Amino acid sequence: MDNREVLVDIKNLRTFFYTEDGVVPAVDGVDLTIHRGEVVGLVGESGCGKSVTALSIIRLIPNPPGKIIGGEIFFHGEDLLKKNEEETRLIRGDKISMIFQEPMTSLNPVYTIGDQISEAITLHQKIDGAEAKKRTIEMLHLVGIPEPERRFSQYPHEMSGGMRQRVMIAMALSSNPELLISDEATTALDVTIQAQILDLMRGLQKKLGMAILIITHNLAVVAEMAETINIAYAGKIVESATAKEIFKAPRHPYTYGLLQSIPKFTEKRTNEPLPAIEGMVPSPYHMPKGCRFNPRCPFATEKCREEEPEIIELTPGHLVRCFHPIES
Amino acid sequence: MATRLVEVQKLKKWFPIKGVVFSTTVASVKAVDEVSFFINQGETLGLVGESGSGKTTAGRTMLKLLQPTGGKIIYKGEDITKLTPNQMRPLRRNMQIMFQDPYGSLNPRMPVGDIIQEPLDVHGIGTRKERRQAVATMMETVGLRPEYERRYPHEFSGGQRQRIGVARALVINPELLVLDEPISALDVSIQSQIINLLQELQQRLNLTYLFIAHDLAVVRHMSDRVAVMYLGKIVETAENDELFDHPLHPYTQALLSAVPVPDPEVKRERIILQGDIPSPVNPPSGCHFRTRCPYAMPICKEQEPLAIEVAPGHTVACHLLTKK
Repeated sequence: MDNREVLVDIKNLRTFFYTEDGVVPAVDGVDLTIHRGEVVGLVGESGCGKSVTALSIIRLIPNPPGKIIGGEIFFHGEDLLKKNEEETRLIRGDKISMIFQEPMTSLNPVYTIGDQISEAITLHQKIDGAEAKKRTIEMLHLVGIPEPERRFSQYPHEMSGGMRQRVMIAMALSSNPELLISDEATTALDVTIQAQILDLMRGLQKKLGMAILIITHNLAVVAEMAETINIAYAGKIVESATAKEIFKAPRHPYTYGLLQSIPKFTEKRTNEPLPAIEGMVPSPYHMPKGCRFNPRCPFATEKCREEEPEIIELTPGHLVRCFHPIES
Repeated sequence: MATRLVEVQKLKKWFPIKGVVFSTTVASVKAVDEVSFFINQGETLGLVGESGSGKTTAGRTMLKLLQPTGGKIIYKGEDITKLTPNQMRPLRRNMQIMFQDPYGSLNPRMPVGDIIQEPLDVHGIGTRKERRQAVATMMETVGLRPEYERRYPHEFSGGQRQRIGVARALVINPELLVLDEPISALDVSIQSQIINLLQELQQRLNLTYLFIAHDLAVVRHMSDRVAVMYLGKIVETAENDELFDHPLHPYTQALLSAVPVPDPEVKRERIILQGDIPSPVNPPSGCHFRTRCPYAMPICKEQEPLAIEVAPGHTVACHLLTKK
């Protein structure tokens, strides 16, 4: 389908957390492909394993209690999980960068933002302080921060949430990464500021050509940004297809239910109740037997309660983990 | 003709900022600055705005949980602005509030049955037995199993906790309910369950809602009328479809255009506002929105635009419309 070079290929990733209360299979069978320069969405509710997948890619799973117990993460054909700490560090923050939801806690409050971005630059590139400062100011300019020379010596608390997120993006992009992972980067922002940041990310993606993995719970954000969308539920990818197919012809009952249940901003008001998905996300300590969505699924049969479905390619490029996919 | 349940006129809530040396007031945060709106019996007024716009403060001041700095609050024709807390108490039965945070708003050391019963105790309603019965009925109404009344809040999920919040607010049969971001902290698939519950209860119990939210899709789904706030002011008020289909204030237009739509084939014209919301301590002179407004004119700096009714029920505060 996509003839661009495969940048990241995750195969059957499994990351578990071993807590006092039991084992949490946070990620339990995630397959994900990202091509060079592609914008990929990973969508799911809290506890579906989307952030743990991202942290697994950059090997930042706290161990203990977390452990990647299986699978492969190929980056340019090399398995990241086979690399040692030193080799991982050369890739993380250089070829793969990440931005997080909370820009305030991701920035160090006692260093100026200029120092923090310069540090990231000198860590990965062999340049001196003056050169790093020049590059930092270039980056601040690139992400649309007015008066970058003055902002260079400001502290994070002197900036608004939107500005801080721009600083995070400047830092993440300073090394010219091939993959940018954005973990709920616009969730904490107001809607007009979110529009600014999404617009910035889109513009920079076109200009610099990096691939972006957008992790979010917001279906509207991925609809606007992503070419390919993966839907995660309870630690597994349940559906993966192009953005257009996910929204026009969802095949997994969870994806379908989710799309039905969100109020439509562009449609006139009706007094009809929303078609809600019944029940709630299963507790990670007590995952249901068989398909993990079966207790909430209106189409569940005996088979769904007993056996676990594999993810299969229904039509080229459209993968679904379901015994009874919805007819398109 | 619909009857007005509650109305606020030029409501003001300023928070003083105290000086460091002597505790004199050096400045004020003008969280709510001369805001006027009304809510009819049985309807939902959506109050939208970004963080710092003053929507939460407006809701709380309307209930007199915060003492207003100026303006009037009229409840069922009676001016309640100056009432003392004691005089307010009988009225409190009729007005309740439900909060955003399902984790912070329930006492973790109280079983949920007691949490839901507390308003009945406070107002001394019914006998012990009747109260327990009311709690059980209410739990069933909001979709919680009455057997769980001895359980503690931590044993419930976020969505169930919001149901407990609804039950506590409704157990004394209020007329007016302020819903302050009731679903923002919930997962997507749980949000629709709570939205449906709130709408069903409104119809069944003839409730009046002030629905405070920043998610415009949910506001469109829930509200009969919508008021848009920016930096302590209401900039536009209209019927639901009128506001969403024909927004007239430049801020409303930008806000609506910024909302991402869950459909990759819809390509919308987007107005990207520059900059951030200014500080409410020192808001811009004249129109508060002028620093980010793409159509700002000299007059916007000098004069504050007054709200004018451009169509029945549609009021806008903008010089662009006053000029014509």
